[in-house]
Amino acid sequence: MMNELIFFFNNVVVASIALGSIYAVAGVGVTLIFGILRFAHFAHGDMMTMGAFLAFVLAGLFATLGWSVPGLPTGFIVMPIAMVLTAIIAFGLDKAFYAPLRKRKASSVTLLIASIGVTLIVQGLIRLIFGSGAASFFETETKQLIRIPVPLEGVTRTINFTQPQLLMVLMTIVAVTVLHLFLTRSRLGKAMRAMADNADLAQVSGINTKLVVRVTWIIAGALAAMAGTMLALDVQLKPDLAFNIVLPIFAAAIVGGLGQPYGAIAAGYLIGFAESAAIFNWSVLLRPLQGILPFEVPVSITFVPTEYKLTVAFVILVVVLLWRPTGIFKGASS
Amino acid sequence: MTRRSVMLFGLLFALFVFVGIATGVQYTTLLLVQSFAYALIALGLNIQWGYGGLFNFSIMGMLMLGGAAVTFTSSPVNPGFWASEGPMLLGRAVLGLAVGLALVWGVGRIAVKGRLKAVLVVASWAAGYFIYRTQIDPAAAYIETTSGWVGGLGLNPVFGWILGGILAAGLALLMGKICLGLRTDYLAIATIGISEIIRALLKNMDWLTRGTKTVSPIPWPTPLPQDLQAAGMAVNDSFLYARLGFLAIAALILVVALFLVQRAYNGPWGRMMRAIRDNFISAGSMGKNVTQRQLELFVLGSVLMGIGGAMLVSFQQIYDPGAYQPINHTFLVWVMVIVGGAGNNFGAIFGGFLIYVAWMTSDQVAQAVLSTVSHWSTDLGWGAIPEIESRASQMRVFVLGIVITVAIRYFPRGLLPEVRRQ
Amino acid sequence: MSLLEISSLVGGYGGAPILNGVDMQIDQSDIGVIVGPNGAGKSTTLKAIFGLVSVTGGAIRFDGEEIQNSLPDRLVPKGLSFVPQEKNVFTSMSVEENLEMGAFTRTDDFRPTMEWVYEMFPVLREKRRQPAGELSGGQRQMVAMGRALMSKPKLLLLDEPSAGLSPRYVLEIFEQIVKVNKAGVGILMVEQNARQALAFASRGFVLATGKNRFTGTGRELIADPEVAKSFLGG
Ligand SMILES: Nc1ncnc2c1ncn2[C@@H]1O[C@H](COP(=O)(O)OP(=O)(O)OP(=O)(O)O)[C@@H](O)[C@H]1O
Ligand SMILES: [Mg+2]
Repeated sequence: MMNELIFFFNNVVVASIALGSIYAVAGVGVTLIFGILRFAHFAHGDMMTMGAFLAFVLAGLFATLGWSVPGLPTGFIVMPIAMVLTAIIAFGLDKAFYAPLRKRKASSVTLLIASIGVTLIVQGLIRLIFGSGAASFFETETKQLIRIPVPLEGVTRTINFTQPQLLMVLMTIVAVTVLHLFLTRSRLGKAMRAMADNADLAQVSGINTKLVVRVTWIIAGALAAMAGTMLALDVQLKPDLAFNIVLPIFAAAIVGGLGQPYGAIAAGYLIGFAESAAIFNWSVLLRPLQGILPFEVPVSITFVPTEYKLTVAFVILVVVLLWRPTGIFKGASS
Repeated sequence: MTRRSVMLFGLLFALFVFVGIATGVQYTTLLLVQSFAYALIALGLNIQWGYGGLFNFSIMGMLMLGGAAVTFTSSPVNPGFWASEGPMLLGRAVLGLAVGLALVWGVGRIAVKGRLKAVLVVASWAAGYFIYRTQIDPAAAYIETTSGWVGGLGLNPVFGWILGGILAAGLALLMGKICLGLRTDYLAIATIGISEIIRALLKNMDWLTRGTKTVSPIPWPTPLPQDLQAAGMAVNDSFLYARLGFLAIAALILVVALFLVQRAYNGPWGRMMRAIRDNFISAGSMGKNVTQRQLELFVLGSVLMGIGGAMLVSFQQIYDPGAYQPINHTFLVWVMVIVGGAGNNFGAIFGGFLIYVAWMTSDQVAQAVLSTVSHWSTDLGWGAIPEIESRASQMRVFVLGIVITVAIRYFPRGLLPEVRRQ
Repeated sequence: MSLLEISSLVGGYGGAPILNGVDMQIDQSDIGVIVGPNGAGKSTTLKAIFGLVSVTGGAIRFDGEEIQNSLPDRLVPKGLSFVPQEKNVFTSMSVEENLEMGAFTRTDDFRPTMEWVYEMFPVLREKRRQPAGELSGGQRQMVAMGRALMSKPKLLLLDEPSAGLSPRYVLEIFEQIVKVNKAGVGILMVEQNARQALAFASRGFVLATGKNRFTGTGRELIADPEVAKSFLGG
């Protein structure tokens, strides 16, 4: 039984924590932008991809210069630089595409359409520059596999995860902690919460709303680059790396209640878990119990076939939108 | 039609003539047929967005459904399937689905309240799903191994187009009933989600659609080039005349659709629609009626999308669920309507033609530009640009993004803006 | 020269102007009260002063400077504060955080001011860790006023501070307003409880269709039979 539980842990828990971290970090960006600017920023996935590609270029640069840190992937080392660059680009995208529309008092729908335009521009540029193929951070370095033996009798399996997955979880914890401190301790962070709560009153209070908007883009951009790079380290780097998961990310933001960072984090993990658990073959866990079960355990019991993994997130998204559009954690944002 | 629209359509005609000269008549007829289908789809979106302010981002799903409809009706009958146990197993799966739905329906009616009710509802959905899965899984596996897929009915593709419209209408009805109450941006996201669910289903239900194995060839309602060749026509001419035949039907459908929509929109029905869109609150005094009217728009627009999607698939003769992308099939249509002019049927159709031609020819243009640049850079000793072809084909995504953002910022009402009447 | 001088103010929301010539003068020692029928432009006047409505004619001088069409983040440091009619607290934030937001434009130490606000509204000190959304209507109004006072304003603009409060609370909030005024903050407020508010107003303005109809001290307006008949309900 222990072996099967470890198999479950490796296939569901590890996978959902890794995926959930991506959804959580990216979802926070989406939710912050919605809270402050009141529109669904569809181009968020492509900001993530852009961050990953910047990290990829930087990693290549570091490799040619011969800079590296033993034991850590270079893609991870350059991530802070990619975060800074993406934050700057996010800020520039706002100036170029969204700020003029806000000035005209355009509706949130207009901004959403504009963000689709930005999606296409960024994706087109990435494909134009890098081509449409896939790339890997681990062409010259090796991805380290971490195996932890379980010191119990009769246990043959080890707990397995990769080093990027471990780093991903650690970085998520760091990012969430820093964000929490920023939002609850700093003057600007509180102003950000104030503006998400009531933008008109924030303006009336004399809060520099332009500054808050700028900071929001910088945070969202940096987090997007982090999530994108982490994802690319875990899987592969492609021009539609994050475009494909932008809906699960929106699902995380909406399920958590748009405008509420903590909700997005919780919902990110929830959706990551739902996706991994839905395609897991539960027969594996039931088979050892065959002796006490009244029926014969089939070869395979999955909630949905593997091809439908992402569909799980879409279904959660649609169900939550219909059943409780304000999110399932706290129904405050409107 | 105003002078402006006459002028713009004149320019559009000139553009097609130019493309015809530059790329040949054959390619231009192909472009024209597809443009007519896209114009029909854009007209559908204009009904939803331009008239109703409804945010439909599930165009891709509607097109896929229309395409699937053609494969059901018009592919040759698969005798292997009908001779096997497949129909019986499928019948049981349908029965399972019915039992599952009845269970969900029944539990929804039970007179308990609160937490217990929520638990029961969730349990009934799970049980219903379980019952369906126990029937469909073996059926799907059996069909896929014995006969591949269910096959079609071997009917004229026009029936497929009609069925495409009907299926899209059904989906729109379902979606409208559950989603139209949502705020606009939530509606947008919900429709994208639904569209993706449809794509996942059609792409993976191999027993029904052959999935990524694709269905082809799908017949035409008009004679195929091969038919004309068999009748003794030269190869080049056969392509031209066969496409012209298809084009005639496509044009006819677009003109009829435009005529009907124009007439409805200029009548009392259209006046009410405008009232609802422009002054939502006062029309809200009509109460439940508003949602009903919006549902009509949603369904009507989707019918045109379903037909358009079906036409595209029959023209290309292949149904490949793996080839559908939100960019090519949803966002592209949005650009057509925004650039053409939301709220103006002629604008939407104009946008449909213009953007489709631009979309289809932009990679040739990009290729020409890139190879020129490549020549220069080679001459300068910087080396040639690698993989020009694949890069050029991506250029159009970038251009589309630029067009969307420029249009929304500088011409938010489009090239042929809506004429506001009282 | 008065602290706030408004002359022939014209402005609105982009369409036809809502304000068609409003005149007002307020000193730092004053309590000014604006009354008038619904839709007269009372709220719009306050918003125009605070730069939230575009001013197309006339002038607003505050502390000797022309301030029309300046945005709040410039006006607050100059000593002007505004409490809107509704949605005037950050519901998801604690009382103390609400007050901090009022001090956003300040770079000096604002703790003494917070102490001063707590002394004025002792309930707020008790509830300082609670989200403002969980307070009663009267307490929220205090949070809103406290927030506005955190920038140490010379003049406080209040839009219907007594709206939705039970009669007992109305009196209490008016007492607080007088207390704030005694502490050296000028007040310009809009009120529906016209008679009660005019009773302690040093300046009163009756607004109708975006114009001053009557101007005087509170007592003068109450005593004026025409004002009483048309605007104070007999
Ligand atoms: N945001 C807005 N956009 C356009 N017009 C507005 C807006 N707010 C108010 N108005 C219009 O301006 C006019 C004056 O409104 P205002 O809110 O100033 O009235 P008021 O005197 O405060 O009334 P009340 O006693 O109801 O608060 C009204 O006719 C109203 O319809
Ligand atoms: Mg008012």
